[in-house]
Amino acid sequence: MTSATVLGLAAAIIVVITLFEMLRRHRLREKYALIWFVLAMGSLTVAAFPALLYGLADLLNVQVPSNLVFFIASLLLLAMSLQHSFEIGKLEERTRTLAEEVALLRLSIESTESSTEPTDRSVE
Amino acid sequence: MLVIVPAWNEQDSVGATVREILGVHPEVDVLVVDDGSGDATAERAEAAGARVARLPFNLGVGGAMRTGYRHAVRNGYDIAVQIDADGQHDPRFLPALIAELDHADICIGVRFAKPDDPYTVRGPRRWAMYLLARVLSRLAGTRLTDVTSGFRACNRRAMQVFAEHYPAEYLGDTVESLVIATRVGCTITQVPIDMRRRTAGTASASPARAALFLFRAVVALGLALVRKWPASFDEGVVGEDGPISLDAA
Repeated sequence: MTSATVLGLAAAIIVVITLFEMLRRHRLREKYALIWFVLAMGSLTVAAFPALLYGLADLLNVQVPSNLVFFIASLLLLAMSLQHSFEIGKLEERTRTLAEEVALLRLSIESTESSTEPTDRSVE
Repeated sequence: MLVIVPAWNEQDSVGATVREILGVHPEVDVLVVDDGSGDATAERAEAAGARVARLPFNLGVGGAMRTGYRHAVRNGYDIAVQIDADGQHDPRFLPALIAELDHADICIGVRFAKPDDPYTVRGPRRWAMYLLARVLSRLAGTRLTDVTSGFRACNRRAMQVFAEHYPAEYLGDTVESLVIATRVGCTITQVPIDMRRRTAGTASASPARAALFLFRAVVALGLALVRKWPASFDEGVVGEDGPISLDAA
């Protein structure tokens, strides 16, 4: 085993263990864990069987196989951060809607409470 | 009729603004939407005779306005008017705006409509406003001179649109909301008004700020034009993958 193989294997195993531990402690939702798990398994496979990578690089006419790894990795990271931006935007929109509803609910509660007391200004 | 006053840290002017509105038009209801202010905005507004909806945190003018329009729709108001809390807008122009609602869904109180307008802007901010006004005029099929104005009246139809879709992004609250309104077929018109100087606080006017304003205006406008409406964000709906069950931590 070359040192590169050992490094790759170690990194992939650490990721898998971390994922498992986070899931176990309820720190990660399954839908996010799945994609990371697939990535970890992919890197584990490539680390264990570098021939797969060389074959793929050859097939795609990439001269330096590691460049193929970097290319795929950066694409995947880009896709995932885009996905997270989308999720954040959705969450922001939802918190915004909730905040607006809270304000309106407070307003209607306050007016119900004050309607039992005499109001200083009649509502048209 | 409901007057919506979005206010964020406007404690020095909100009371006077509310009192002025109620002084000129005692028959209207005034709703101040306190946009997560850290000061006495809500208390001063209440003391002045307005009802106050308090947002738990700052959402921007767009969030405050959508809250106001939702309140207007749910409580069956026929007309909703938007007035800035900083005292720039003279409530005596209200009847003029409302009169226009006979033949339009939205009426904006605008600057720059008359040649002798005392309110002037220069540089990038002026180009931005010119560009925005031109594009919006084309879309609306009528001449609009100042689309960033926060002084506007709308009828029930436009109110319902704004209660659903009122963008929270910067400039979205004025420009993009108008684009949305035209997209769903609302008609827009304008009435020239004299805008007063702010009674409190400072207007943002440095050249760098103005250039940034131009940039953001172009971005906001471009986005508004290419975006699909109604908005694709599934607000107020349960998640696509069924009800979200958060882990019992």
